Amino acid sequence: MTKTATKPKTSPASFPKCTTGIQGLDEITGGGIPKGRPTLVCGGAGCGKTLLGIEFLVRGAVLHNEPGVFLAFEETAEELTQNVRSLGFDLDDLIQRRKLAVDYIHIERSEIDETGEYDLEGLFIRLGHAIDSLGAKRVVLDTLETLFSGLSNVAILRAELRRLFRWLKQKGVTAVITAERGNGSLTRHGLEEYVSDCVLLLDHRVEGQISTRRLRIVKYRGSSHGTNEFPFLIGEDGVSVLPITSLQLQHKASSERISSGIPTLDAMLGGPGFFKGSSVLVSGTAGIGKTSLACHAADACCQRGERCLYIAFEESEAQLFRNMRSIGLDLEPWVKKGLLRFHIARPTMNGLELHLASIQKQVEAFQPHLMVVDPISNFVSAGTAPEARSMTTRLVDYLKSRQITTLFTNLNHADSNLEQTDLDVTSLIDTWLVLRDIELNGERNRGLYILKSRGMAHSNQIREFLLTDRGVQLTEVYLGPEGVLTGSARLAQEAKEKGTAVQRSLEIERKRAELARRQQALKAQIALLQLQFQSDKEEMERDITCEQVYLEKQEQGRHEMALSRKADSNGVQVPPTKNGRK
Amino acid sequence: MKTQPYSDGHGVQAEEPKQWQLRLYIAGQTPKSVAAFSNLKRICEEHLAGKFEIEVIDLIENPRLAKDDQIVAIPTLVRKLPEPIRKIIGDLSDREQTLVGLQLRKFKR
Repeated sequence: MTKTATKPKTSPASFPKCTTGIQGLDEITGGGIPKGRPTLVCGGAGCGKTLLGIEFLVRGAVLHNEPGVFLAFEETAEELTQNVRSLGFDLDDLIQRRKLAVDYIHIERSEIDETGEYDLEGLFIRLGHAIDSLGAKRVVLDTLETLFSGLSNVAILRAELRRLFRWLKQKGVTAVITAERGNGSLTRHGLEEYVSDCVLLLDHRVEGQISTRRLRIVKYRGSSHGTNEFPFLIGEDGVSVLPITSLQLQHKASSERISSGIPTLDAMLGGPGFFKGSSVLVSGTAGIGKTSLACHAADACCQRGERCLYIAFEESEAQLFRNMRSIGLDLEPWVKKGLLRFHIARPTMNGLELHLASIQKQVEAFQPHLMVVDPISNFVSAGTAPEARSMTTRLVDYLKSRQITTLFTNLNHADSNLEQTDLDVTSLIDTWLVLRDIELNGERNRGLYILKSRGMAHSNQIREFLLTDRGVQLTEVYLGPEGVLTGSARLAQEAKEKGTAVQRSLEIERKRAELARRQQALKAQIALLQLQFQSDKEEMERDITCEQVYLEKQEQGRHEMALSRKADSNGVQVPPTKNGRK
Repeated sequence: MKTQPYSDGHGVQAEEPKQWQLRLYIAGQTPKSVAAFSNLKRICEEHLAGKFEIEVIDLIENPRLAKDDQIVAIPTLVRKLPEPIRKIIGDLSDREQTLVGLQLRKFKR
């Protein structure tokens, strides 16, 4: 084989690849299709083979300055030019600038007879001439298999096709060969036998009245590649493959925080608000205030001077303006300033893939800091739940990889579990706010709690969620014997507590006065006792003095008596007391 | 090989309403091309003596010309006149098939 000979001399470390320039395709193929080799693109009718081929050439010519040759077996150059003009490809201009050559090869079976030996040298010469005159690097053969319906000698055809592919490799051109899908085989005439380096399979399926195109890499020799089926779409600017399921969880995690626009909610989230680049889900039943919460975040974003993209599936722009004015939010000036952009679409307007693509396009164009999708649950109506889930996953991943903070709202049905969403996307969500209604005393009030918030200390309280004319406010709820109290029950409780508080303070006053009184009484008593004691003391002292005087007098008298009796001065003396007592 | 018109030299183009204009596309002097030319010449001389003109186009020299007659296979014989245009691909080794292809014989065997 000539493989080694034709391998272009690029960096020897990596497998040389040719960037297709088709959005997403290069990503899933790890850089493009094999350079200098043929690639087979097969699929049923109307699945986008021709377009893929054309785009491969146009992108090559425009982005990489690589001229290309399109060998059309099914459409004339004029038809082709017309068909792709709607996608913004101006083939005439490229042809004039000698970046592209389109050669229409047509074999009219009815005017042809075959006798004896022949070969397809004519085809080789035409292709070779086109390649050489432009210096083409890229070739598309669309659809080579029509030769089988034009010529009857299959043995010659097969031999010539094998020669053609070898010849293409020798030429060093990167070729895309399209082929119709056959029954039970990749192509109707077994072209995959000859083109074995890279085979892409396109598919167009309709499920539940919504069609989805898919692309799969059947094989890619010598290169790793995504093996899944990747949805792709043909949009206003060509083919885009949506490779987001191949994304790895590698996005950066910012520790920067952004405000939710509601100071109390920020406080519940531990202070500064959501993490930048995180995904926030607000779920709740109908009319609970999800949109109001989302608009607060949008308003706060614009106040910071950042851009916000608001994707609304339910309300028109004007309706949102009017409704938000009723809670004191005026979003209109932000739109005028160019900080807020609305993307209003009906979910059933197009399939999920197209939704995703149009969102992506908006994101690319506007480069928002915050994106609101209101509500995400509506995607289900544009497809099946698993599809909607995969689409949401891709959307979340896509936005995270771009560090765009995302706020999704999710409509829960009244009887469904609040801590569950139809799409089952909750595992992707970083911060999940649940809005629930609390029915009590014939009233319906709103409560908000944080079901989860990754990476931040958050409040575990249920707060009452009030929509006031100054915006959303969160207040503490009261826990009564019958559970959480909200609304008028809360107001009653508040009044009751206020009353009780007044009563308590009066009681304290009273007690204080009492205490003072008691203290005074005690003091008076103490003074009285002291006075009494004083008088007692004085009396006692007087008595004591009298007794002492008496004793002195007695002693004196005895002494005088002894003197008078001439008693021995040293003589034994009778104790005076004894005598005295007698 | 010659690319100029080949005629049998009898000069009967003007008055003959049924003038045959044949064009043989080849790519170099391959055995198939040579065989096709000699087969064609023999058939023409037998069946169309004096009223045919063979133009041989070598695509290696003039690759551009392949487009006009939608040439894919080599060799290809194109009957330009009389109309409608007929194409016969191959080395014309099957004489009967060639005659049917040129509509010189109305039926196939």
